[in-house]
Amino acid sequence: MTDTSSLPVYPHRHLLGIRELSPVDIELLLDRADAAVAISRRHEKKTSTLRGRTQINLFYEASTRTQSSFELAGKRLGADVMNMSVASSSVKKGETLIDTAMTLNAMRPDILIIRHASAGAAALLAQKVGCSVVNAGDGAHEHPTQALLDALTIRRAKGRIAGLSVAICGDILHSRVARSNILLLNALGAGVRVVAPSTLLPSGIAQMGVTVCPTMAEGLKGADVVMMLRLQRERMQGAFVPSIREYFRYFGLDAEKLKAAKDDALVMHPGPMNRGVEIASEIADGPQSVIQEQVEMGVAVRMAVMEALLDPRRRPSEDYA
Amino acid sequence: MSATVFSHARIIDPSRGLDEIGTVIVDGKKIVAAGAAALNQGTPAGAEIIDCSGKVVIPGLVDARVFIGEPGAEHRETIASASIAAAAGGVTSIVMMPDTHPVIDDVALVEFVLRTARDTAIVNVHPAAGITKGLEGREMTEFGLLREAGAVAFTDGRRTIDNALVMRRALTYARDFGATVMHETQDRDLAGAGVMNEGLYASWLGLSGIPREAEAIPLERDLMLARLTRGNYHAAKISTAMSANAVARAKADGAKVSAGVSINHLALNENDIGEYRTFFKLSPPLRAEDDRLAMVEALRDGTIDIIVSSHDPQDVDTKRLPFADAADGAIGLETLLGVALRLHHNGDVPLLRLIETLSTAPARLFGLPGGTLKPGASADFVLVDLDEPWIVREDAIRSRSKNTCFEGARLQGKVLQTLVAGRTVFSA
Repeated sequence: MTDTSSLPVYPHRHLLGIRELSPVDIELLLDRADAAVAISRRHEKKTSTLRGRTQINLFYEASTRTQSSFELAGKRLGADVMNMSVASSSVKKGETLIDTAMTLNAMRPDILIIRHASAGAAALLAQKVGCSVVNAGDGAHEHPTQALLDALTIRRAKGRIAGLSVAICGDILHSRVARSNILLLNALGAGVRVVAPSTLLPSGIAQMGVTVCPTMAEGLKGADVVMMLRLQRERMQGAFVPSIREYFRYFGLDAEKLKAAKDDALVMHPGPMNRGVEIASEIADGPQSVIQEQVEMGVAVRMAVMEALLDPRRRPSEDYA
Repeated sequence: MSATVFSHARIIDPSRGLDEIGTVIVDGKKIVAAGAAALNQGTPAGAEIIDCSGKVVIPGLVDARVFIGEPGAEHRETIASASIAAAAGGVTSIVMMPDTHPVIDDVALVEFVLRTARDTAIVNVHPAAGITKGLEGREMTEFGLLREAGAVAFTDGRRTIDNALVMRRALTYARDFGATVMHETQDRDLAGAGVMNEGLYASWLGLSGIPREAEAIPLERDLMLARLTRGNYHAAKISTAMSANAVARAKADGAKVSAGVSINHLALNENDIGEYRTFFKLSPPLRAEDDRLAMVEALRDGTIDIIVSSHDPQDVDTKRLPFADAADGAIGLETLLGVALRLHHNGDVPLLRLIETLSTAPARLFGLPGGTLKPGASADFVLVDLDEPWIVREDAIRSRSKNTCFEGARLQGKVLQTLVAGRTVFSA
């Protein structure tokens, strides 16, 4: 790959969350990802960095976007990629996560990518297998590659992350994306605000390193970045908010509300979007939107992560985790 | 059986407020004498004399909340295996919860438990029966017949009765039979999908929280109904300061209420969960340190009457899962005394009071024999070295399930010998 051999060796065996990363670790991954972007933009996109290595994608939750991003990242690095489709596997027959993990482990993969509806599932898997594990989202806990790709998108657009003002808006309570982003942005010195109806804020939010803003006008005021979160449909009909139209009225991002942010503020969304619920189409497709760039950066970040974890120079005895 | 003399032990008998160096004389199944006065009493002819200098004799522990897998889940624990674990922990009587398969809500099942215990158990096993049939929270069980058959308390086990009218009638009807309703409270809707204490820690872990109010709201309801009905009510396992305050108020009002706390909630807090350690997934959930301190204080001041192990054996199939999917509960019979003694060694709770809450108080509360070293009482007692350090090792656990919260814990205070009705059922 584009001369990443000069970069320092990445000191972790797994990527389970942003929490265990130092700012140096994060910058290192972002630097590697910058190089990976260049590869994806070449005519010849395939490298041989992970040739002969086996990557298994174990997705317990349906995810078109993240799964295909990991698959493509692995293929561009030359790895053999296998997708475990949970819907048609023994998981449906009641096999536990641990038993599935042990079975897959016996096939000697080099890296396992897991997405699971339960918080802590990736950590549990990492305790039981002999290969590297990447958390592709575990319940409402963490989604580290999403936070890294968001950071890469911001860094490339703004040239820095420190000192920026980032507003994260929407369903913070159930969002692993929000948690990983709050951790990462704080680690790199950005100021984080959250905007949501109080029913969608987790207990103790004020102690999570953010400023809580009750209105979009307040939360977006002078912001450099506006991150919208997806609101699950089943949470809109009376359970957490009374209706879609009320939610959109107060917390959906439209042109009027976006005016409060800086003129050059970036608009981001981890996808998939609910147009007309948390974001208006004109904004999602508008000039400030970097939603498509986020998808591109996703592949690059996942290439960088897998390459860093499987760096042949890495000596397991020197790992932190 | 000939007589045995345990001489020059420190004898702690909360039933008589006694803490003195003395001698315990056992003849057959009974205690003949226990105390300083017995030092000068002539020893029965042919008695075996054991010098217990430096050791402590306490009445056997009475554990009022023990979950056992028999019938229905014998791979987790049988009545026999639980009794072996109990004996090793210095527990001479256990009250067995009715959440088995089938549930204990019928005379035949109470008789089954008593028969199985008689034939296989080495400690006293007292069944508690369901408050409602099938523990479904709707129709009352036969309190009178069940009590006659040997049920010592009524509880729906892990389940909370949602319906206030059912609870009112149960308390009223139980009063006629002098029975105690033992209830664990957690509002089903408010707890929702919660799996640990609500707060910052749960938020970072991405786990749904259970607010303290989920315990306190149905508890307050029950306490009001206890005032209304004048029935005997026992709050089985409280975990929060607000619950302790509610119990204290009800007691001050003269209601016939009592409360228990699990040893886990006296020794641990939510931070022990660490990175999703499912052995620390309990119900009620481990709370914050403030709540733990409030439990210790409530135990000391008498608001909380008893400590229970809440022994709840779970297997790998129910614990080796992602945190939210794992079962609640931890075993605790073997570590109950050792962990409780931390409160003594730390100076949190005086020793006499501590032993009272582990032995005398639960025996009195549920009308069980035991909890005393009075002459004439059944010789159910424990010889303890209060200071001997030991480390909890998974491979040394006698319980059929290994889901302890205290793996690797350093404890101070070890059971040396356990006697039930004069017979040694455990010796270190």
